Order: sequence, then structure tokens, then C-alpha cells
Amino acid sequence: MKKKKKLLLLGDIVGLIVTCIVFLIPFYFMFVQSLKSKPEANRLSLGWPGELHFENYIEVFQHANYQLVRAFKNSGILTLFTVLGLLVTAAMAAYVIQRRHDRLMTGIQAVIMLGLMIPASILPTIHLLQSLHIYKTMFSMVMIEIALQTPFAIMLYRGYMASIPRELEEAARIDGCSKWQIFSKVIFPLLKPIQATLIILVGVTTFNDFTNPLYFLPGSENTTVQLTLYNYQGQLGNSYNLLFADIIIITIPMLILFIIFNKKIVDGMVAGSVKG
Amino acid sequence: MKTKRDHSIYPVWFVLPSLVIFAVFFLWPIVTSLYYSLTVWNFDTAKFCGLDNYKLFFSEYSMSSSVIHTMIYAFGTSALKVIIAFFIAIFLTSRIRTKGFIRSAVFFPNLVSMMAVGLTFSYLMHPTKGLFNVVIEMLGGTPIDFLGNPNTALASILMTDVWKGLSISVVIYIAGIQSIDRTYYEAASIDGATGWQQLKNITLPLVAASQNSIIILSLIGGLRSFELIWAMTGGGPGFATDVLASVIYKQYAAGFYGLSTAGNVVMLILISVIAFPLQHFLNKREEAMQ
Repeated sequence: MKKKKKLLLLGDIVGLIVTCIVFLIPFYFMFVQSLKSKPEANRLSLGWPGELHFENYIEVFQHANYQLVRAFKNSGILTLFTVLGLLVTAAMAAYVIQRRHDRLMTGIQAVIMLGLMIPASILPTIHLLQSLHIYKTMFSMVMIEIALQTPFAIMLYRGYMASIPRELEEAARIDGCSKWQIFSKVIFPLLKPIQATLIILVGVTTFNDFTNPLYFLPGSENTTVQLTLYNYQGQLGNSYNLLFADIIIITIPMLILFIIFNKKIVDGMVAGSVKG
Repeated sequence: MKTKRDHSIYPVWFVLPSLVIFAVFFLWPIVTSLYYSLTVWNFDTAKFCGLDNYKLFFSEYSMSSSVIHTMIYAFGTSALKVIIAFFIAIFLTSRIRTKGFIRSAVFFPNLVSMMAVGLTFSYLMHPTKGLFNVVIEMLGGTPIDFLGNPNTALASILMTDVWKGLSISVVIYIAGIQSIDRTYYEAASIDGATGWQQLKNITLPLVAASQNSIIILSLIGGLRSFELIWAMTGGGPGFATDVLASVIYKQYAAGFYGLSTAGNVVMLILISVIAFPLQHFLNKREEAMQ
């Protein structure tokens, strides 16, 4: 028994050291880079900055006529509406698909689940948006993010829905609830655990998305946070300190989201994958 | 056992919002892409040209090589994630005390965007000043131009992808391991099975379902990947790290919309040809194991 305890302690120590080297050093690097002066940052070393340059963060915000502020606004709106839209529409769809489970719903589910595998067709999508006169609009960007993440959201919801007893709906109906009320007042509130998982996964995916805004939301007015990084890389040339300050700034919102929902990610995934 | 249930309280129209958005913004463009890939296209006019785009795609090395790179990238990342994540998950479900901290640290890269990770690692891999080469030189080796050398560039991006994407695989494995009935292990240790035997004969077969999800998810992700490659090398040096998704973007930027769409269809076919049979095979294997 004593040998086992020693082994566990050894595991703890080795695990900690390896984790720190492999997973924390890159983040430490980002952080110290963001606080250095320009010549110091260009040396790309791991050393602690000789002087802390917090003004890098202000400078990044002011760069290119406050582009980062616009980008935060755009990304915030995009993420918020994508998450809200997806939480409601996917829950409605998953509810009926899981409960009815007839031939029609199995067919619809099979079609939607194709989206987990096959890639979107980019230029035909741009063409479609142009002919609908919604290209380069926030509305179309939100719709595309929702469309792309619907299969995943329905899959998670459906897995979780299976654990909610049908008797609840039958009881609610006897109590005189309408069909919509049964869903919105009884079922929807019960989906909270899986919604926490969805909020963080969809939120992070959308906020960190680079490819889709690159194609579907071009223009400096429409820029999103990930695109600022791409733009600054060209504009700021070798001001690595500012580039890393930008990286830190646009990662902080996701970090806050993570701290709020940390515990629930694994729980939700466990519930979804096991019952699914 | 199945009794006929009354379905009338579940209105069919509830699926409509999801279905309409999905059909309009995802399915319809895919359907039309099959036609546009056969045309010379500039959004205003589309002139039918048969299979010319596909012929061009496969005859130009700059584009055809992207198929090979995409496959190397997808199978490489998928295999590494499946293997490495398994051992991390085993480690994190054991009785060590620091697992909460380590689990958060492993999950952390997931919060940072591909763009940010790509830029950070491209500086860590800097041919002279980067941390990796500083360490290599300290240990007496010769510096490696990770991203500038065509022979190492794709592998360097591949490893970065594994670093970033490992956590999702770990989380799926942990979910699988935690759902295994503890009594199997108790019975096995009474029968004198070693830790390694328990791992091989209990854990591994019973996480087959999780493992299949990881293989499929990471393979499809790998076949579609774009951002990390774009951030780290932009497809270079030369065409050494060009994958299907970066070719699609390059042809779009160059104004060859028909050709770009043909690349998109090639990606669609490649994923279908690999992922659907693989999923079928993995499901069969899973049934056989249980």
C-alpha cells in the first residue's frame, strides 16, 4: 500500500512538471511578450520584461482608428445572437425529433447529421447571400454560424432529452398547458445543464472563428476580433509586443466564460455522450 | 414492448426554424456547388465547361499535392490525438490529487483561437530566436527551420494542431472512462489481473464508443483544417503545406471561382469517401467488442 502511495505522489509530480512545460509555457510566453518593449519583444525570449509596458494594451486598442473596439462589438453581437438563436431553435428541433421518432423525423435527423461530416460550400454560399442582398451583413453571418453548428447542437440536445421522462409532458397537458407552453415552460428549463455546455462550446467556436468571417463578413467596418489579429500581423510588422497584447485581449472573454462554466463542460459532455 | 404513443403534443413545425436555416444556408449551397464546379464562374455569369476545373485541379501540382497534404494532416493529427489523449485521460481519472489543475491546463488551449495559437507557435518555432531552437542549441543540436523547411513544415503544424486539439479528445475519453462500472476492476483485481491487463482488457474495449467519436471528429476536423495552416505558413514554403481548404481560399482570392468550388467539391468527396465507410467500420468494431 505504501508503494502505491509513493507511486501516486510521483505521478502527481511528473504530471505537474510535464503539464507546466507543455501547456503553460506557451501561455506564459504570450503574456510576457505582451508586456515588453518593442526591441525586447523582438528577441522572442522567455525572460521577464525589464520594464512592464502596460500601455501596449492601450496602444493596441487605439491602433487603426480603434479597429479593435469595432471588432469587439461585432464579435460580441455575432456570438450573442448565434448562441441565443441556436439554443432555442436546436432545442425545439431536438425535442420533436427525439420524442416523435417516426419515419419523417428520422429522415430529417439523418439529413441534419450530414452537417457533422460534410464541409460547407463557400463560394456558392457567398453567391446565395449576394442574390438575397444580405452579403456582408451581420444577419447573414449569424444565420451561417447557426446553420453550421445546428447539427452538433441538436445531437447534444437529443442525447440529453432522452433522460427527461415523457410523463412530464403528459402531466403538463392534463394540467392544461398548450403545446408551446409544454415546451417553453416545462421542457426548456430542464435543459439547463446541457445548455451550459452548449453556451461555452458554441460561444468559443463563434468568437474564435476566423474562416467564416473572412469569407462572409469582409470589410473593415465588419471586422471581427480574430481578423484583427490577421490584419495586425501585416500592419504592425515586427511589433510583436502589440501583436501579443492583442492575442491576450481577445482571449480574456473566453477565459471568463471558461471560469464561469468550467465544471459544467465535462458534466454536460458526459451526460450528452453517455445518454446519446 | 413499444406502445403506440400519442404524438400530437409534439408539433412538427418545431423543427422548421432549424431545418429552414440549415437547408438554406448549408444544404442549398452544397447542391448548387455541384453545378458551379463545372463552370467558369465570376458570380455574374457561369459558363459551362465540363470537367475542365477538375482536370486543371489534378494536373497542377500546386493543387493536386494539397490532397496528399490534407490526408497526411488528417490521419496524423487523428492518430496522435487518439493515442496521446487516451493516456492523459487514464492519468486524469486515476487517484492523483492534481487532476483538477492538470485538466484545466489541458483544456486551456481550447479557449485560444487557432489564429492566436498559430501565431504564437510560429514565433516559438522561429529558426534562430525561437524557444524550441534555443533549447535544441542548449542541448547541443543544430537549429531546425521548422516552418521554413518543406520537409518539416507540415509536421510542425500537425504537432501544433495536436497540442491545441488534444483536450476535446481527453474530455470525451474521460466521459467514457467514468461511465465504466467500477465492479469490473474490483473483480479483475481479485482474480489477480495487473494494472496493465485491466487497462488492456477492461478500459480499452469499454471506451471503444468514445474512441470512435474521437477518431471521426478529429479526422473530419483535420480534413477541413485551414486556420492553423493559414496562420503559420499560408501554405508555404512553396506549396509544402497547402491543404484543400487553403487552395480553395487561394483560388477564390485569385478570382477563379469555378476552380475554387471544384476544390470544395473535391473536399466533399474526399471526406465522404473516408468518413462514411470508416464510421461504418468503427460501429461494426464497437459492436464486435461488446
